Amino acid sequence: MISQTAFRTALLDAAQPIPEGLVDAQGQPAGARYSVYRNNVAVSLSEALETGFPAVAKLIGPENFAKAAGIFLRQSPPSSPLMMHYGAGFPAFLSGLEPLKSIGYLADVARLELALRKSYHAADHTPLDPARLQELDEDQLMGARLVLAPSAIMLRSQWPLQSIYRFTMTEGAPQPTAQPEDILITRPEFDPEPHLLPTGAGDFIESIAKGQSFGEALTHAGEDFDLGATLGLLLHGSALTDIHL
Amino acid sequence: MFDLASSLPPLPGVGYKPQHYAEIIEDPAPVGWLEVHAENYMGDGGRPIAQLRALSNKFPISVHGVGLSIGGEGRLDPNHLARLKHLVDWLNPASFSEHLAWSTHDSHFLNDLLPLPYTDATLTRVADHIDEVQEVLGRKMLLENPSSYLAFAESTWSETDFLREVARRTGCGLLLDVNNVFVSATNLEYSPQSYIDDYPLELVGEIHLAGHDEDHDDHGKPLLIDSHGREVVEPVWALLDYTLARSGPKPLLVEWDTDVPEWPVLADEARRADAALQKVIA
Repeated sequence: MISQTAFRTALLDAAQPIPEGLVDAQGQPAGARYSVYRNNVAVSLSEALETGFPAVAKLIGPENFAKAAGIFLRQSPPSSPLMMHYGAGFPAFLSGLEPLKSIGYLADVARLELALRKSYHAADHTPLDPARLQELDEDQLMGARLVLAPSAIMLRSQWPLQSIYRFTMTEGAPQPTAQPEDILITRPEFDPEPHLLPTGAGDFIESIAKGQSFGEALTHAGEDFDLGATLGLLLHGSALTDIHL
Repeated sequence: MFDLASSLPPLPGVGYKPQHYAEIIEDPAPVGWLEVHAENYMGDGGRPIAQLRALSNKFPISVHGVGLSIGGEGRLDPNHLARLKHLVDWLNPASFSEHLAWSTHDSHFLNDLLPLPYTDATLTRVADHIDEVQEVLGRKMLLENPSSYLAFAESTWSETDFLREVARRTGCGLLLDVNNVFVSATNLEYSPQSYIDDYPLELVGEIHLAGHDEDHDDHGKPLLIDSHGREVVEPVWALLDYTLARSGPKPLLVEWDTDVPEWPVLADEARRADAALQKVIA
């Protein structure tokens, strides 16, 4: 009897012998016939990673990507049949991969692509009506807690992440300059959009995400914070769902 | 107690691809129903769910699972079963189907439909798993015959007898994939027509059609790969005619999952399926 453990072990490791008792029509060992399954698994998982991480693939080139994906898919096969979530461990894997260590920002690019996918599949919501903010007096506003949409995801990077992503994916985008960048992904309807956050907005949104009040978030945001621009981005991007007084 | 296994109409359907959304909404002819892969609609929201909701207002929908691992040695993943129940509950599809295969082991999902030995032990396990699925979903399901590239020396049942016995024990219906029959028959050197002769056609709730690739094994013998990436070949259309002449009209699905073509190419395949149905209706 061939156990599924034995079948799987040989599936993910071509150095392992093909389980005995798998045969062709004449009762001969299956040989290349078994390789169809090996190939299906490796190709389908590798393609899923390439689809999920197009900017990473562009940055390191198809050959390097295929090598990295080949190692990753054997170390970390999907843990559920929901392929839309596959690759959650890919950013950490990339940052530990010796030959790619010189590309310090690669893992952050992968984190951004993962977050874009997460936003795409996130729960739908009714955006906050801006009039509800305008109705508040100053005391009410300072004590209020804003609720972020499930599809609104912030990333903070020590790299110029938004600029690198644009430069990689958009023809004619300007060359990145060395500076840390914070990004807010919003999903106004169905398509997630990464936005570069102005100074202080990262601290402001992080504070909101923790459930702190508007007033506390303002304190964290510091003196150079542009509240108008940040609120505009949150409201236009349908990134807020509610306000708790 | 249970719904019927399938209430799909005996018309051509296609495997739904998001890039065809606008064209399908505008002019779906001759397509009368759509099939979706369950796992692609298990996210929390966004475009996939919104599109499926809109499509389900216009078309009967068949939900086709590719990740339940019904032939798995371990127990069915209760989380996955719960996700499936959620989808089936809100969508109320015309049919739910899955594969005679396994894909998950020790919580690793391998993203392929892997083969099973046809033994008494496998039969008991598959039947138990189908009982559980039907119990949780509150409806009967269809079970699809696999594409085989090899056989298990330990098998004691023919595939057709195995499927008939699973259906007898569980009350499930069957999804007959005639491309899979052609692929398996070529690869394992038997007659696809005699497979159809032995197959319990009265249990069929849906028929699948797809394209395959051609390769060779270590001895230079043909090895067909079920790739779903091209047109249905002539011998498979002929096998479909052979089957429909015996089964009468059935819901007929064209699957095209890799190198997905523009809509007119897929619509042409659906028209050809329609012509095959018209022949047996006339």
